[in-house]
Amino acid sequence: MTIEFLILTILGLTAYSFFLSKRKASALNAINPLDVHSQPHYHGLFSAILTIAPAIILLFLWSWLENSIFKTNLESYFSDVVDPYKVSFYVSGVKSFVAGASDTLMNHSNFSSAVEYYETSTKMSLALKSIVIVIITLITFRYSLNLVTAKFKARDLVEDIVIRTMKYASIFAIFITLGIVLSLLFETLRFFESVAVTEFLFGTHWSPQMSIREGQVGSSGSFGAVPVFTGTLLISLIAMLVAGPIGLFSAIYLSQYASNRVRSYAKPIIEILAGIPTVVYGFFAVITVGPFFRDLGIFFNIDGFSSESALIAGSVLGIMIIPFIASLTDDSLSAVPRSLKEGSLAMGATLSETTTRVIIPASFHGIVGSFLLAFSRAIGETMIVVMAAGFAANLTANPFNAVTTVTVQIVGLLTGDQEFDSAKTMSAFALAFVLFFLTLILNIISLSIVKKFREQYE
Amino acid sequence: MSESLKIAVKNLDVFYGKKQALFDVNLNIFANEVTSLIGPSGCGKSTLIKCFNRMNDLVEICKYNGQVLIDGENINDASTDPVSLRTRVGMVFQKPNPFPKSVYENIAYGPKLHGMYKNKDDLDEIVVSSLQKAGLFNEVKDRLFEPGTGLSGGQQQRLCIARALAVNPEIILMDEPCSALDPIATAKIEELIEELKEKYTIVIVTHSMQQAARVSNRTAYMHMGELVETGLTKNIFSNPEHAKTQDYITGRIG
Repeated sequence: MTIEFLILTILGLTAYSFFLSKRKASALNAINPLDVHSQPHYHGLFSAILTIAPAIILLFLWSWLENSIFKTNLESYFSDVVDPYKVSFYVSGVKSFVAGASDTLMNHSNFSSAVEYYETSTKMSLALKSIVIVIITLITFRYSLNLVTAKFKARDLVEDIVIRTMKYASIFAIFITLGIVLSLLFETLRFFESVAVTEFLFGTHWSPQMSIREGQVGSSGSFGAVPVFTGTLLISLIAMLVAGPIGLFSAIYLSQYASNRVRSYAKPIIEILAGIPTVVYGFFAVITVGPFFRDLGIFFNIDGFSSESALIAGSVLGIMIIPFIASLTDDSLSAVPRSLKEGSLAMGATLSETTTRVIIPASFHGIVGSFLLAFSRAIGETMIVVMAAGFAANLTANPFNAVTTVTVQIVGLLTGDQEFDSAKTMSAFALAFVLFFLTLILNIISLSIVKKFREQYE
Repeated sequence: MSESLKIAVKNLDVFYGKKQALFDVNLNIFANEVTSLIGPSGCGKSTLIKCFNRMNDLVEICKYNGQVLIDGENINDASTDPVSLRTRVGMVFQKPNPFPKSVYENIAYGPKLHGMYKNKDDLDEIVVSSLQKAGLFNEVKDRLFEPGTGLSGGQQQRLCIARALAVNPEIILMDEPCSALDPIATAKIEELIEELKEKYTIVIVTHSMQQAARVSNRTAYMHMGELVETGLTKNIFSNPEHAKTQDYITGRIG
């Protein structure tokens, strides 16, 4: 009996339990529906949950226990080895040998006996585990069928389980968020042990390369993050200049002027833009937009126009965030009650006067919120800027120059083999932390603005 | 009462897509009178009132033929500019719909839109006199710069009437103006209608027969998209010609 077969057996019993209990409850229902507390499918669901839950819990507990027991026992075979790394190396050698993943007998006197022990005991354990679990499942299966009576409150119990499940899911999500923030925070603090906070936040020279040998050029590394952040801001601003007007105008057109037919085709097409993988935007930037702007630069004789410029990355990034602005702004414009639009038109206002004087002011919060959300998307975007912006940390406001962004630097710092004790690697965490903090604040502001706007009409 | 014809509806058919909403409607509306349109739900009274300021243009699938003459000029003509038409024909809606702006800005909306004032003092005067005409000034004079949406339902509706008055229209259309209001607010609006008819021609759609009887000089009864009967209110209510009208006003249908 393998573990897959065991799991299939449990699932089969669960399904069978669902149908049996449901059928029994239906039969009860047929006699006198007024006396039966819960609908048949609630009985079925509760029986299924009761059948599967103990089996799953036991399976996890058992596997966890057997693992730690095997580990201690296997380690005792190699007790003469002093180095703990070497011991765990042998232990995993035994495990992979038994699993058939490798066929090397390691060079240790106890290796074959350890293999023998592990092979027999895992087999034993699996057999025992399967028998115990199947028996317990059969017991709960039988018991759950007995529970199906007219008075049994299966509906309330299922409701309770559903609510608990959802509650734990949200708690889990919150803890994951906390975990990510804390892990970032600790690494960031470690970075600030070697580099001063003020140097990082206000220094204007970014060159995180540190020498491996003594006496190499640029041995110290320089961690002034200002050029990185100004680069991010420059690219994001260019993106907003592209996406803001296009998104806003298309939203106004779609919500106020377009016929229902046009709207039903155009809106999904605009939203497709949001579904394009950002790597594809990266290609687009490098292959199409880059050469186009370079040729334009040559045509107008602009000096210092590189094919990796803030303008190229920013404009493609702008195209990427158009759907965020267009879609959210369209939603908030459409949420303005029709009665206001009619009221204004009945005063003799044209549609565009109505839009600028009544509808946009009435949905202003929503529009601002959508812009801020799009802006925080632009700041955090990685792939497009990695492909189109480059790594040179220039402190410049000239959109024709190459700049770098926070996300690009993080990718650069963490790609390849890295030692996790050098300031160079740790600086990525500091950058990420500041980036996270910025987008968090932007999101909080924009969400609260959007919320206020919703309250206005509810 | 001088009987000068203000609006004349001639052979008007209105279609929403394939569904015909009005069938060959003929109706005369006289200046400085209140004309009420009554009838069961879905009979086309709101559709008819929206033909007087071409608000049906907003509904893509709406088509009409026939004539609506205001002062002898056919407003269904392609040459009629809906914008100038709607400054002559103001409208008050079922649900009060003040703009999310201050009381002052709500009233000033129309005059600003059409450049109807010379300077700030002029605009102030328009705002004050419109509020006075709508009987709202004393209640809101300390709250002119607070949001219009913060007023009570009845005050909001009078604000909407004041907003319509600010551009000095000739005709005021009211589409069930009291259906969202309590009896006291309704009584105030009815008093106001009584005063306003001195200067304006008023067409009101209402579900309340008592209201039609109280406020209007003439009543038109509609049924299933047809105009069944029209005449002086006192005649319609005391001695209707048609059996359908009789049934409706005595509460047997509707």
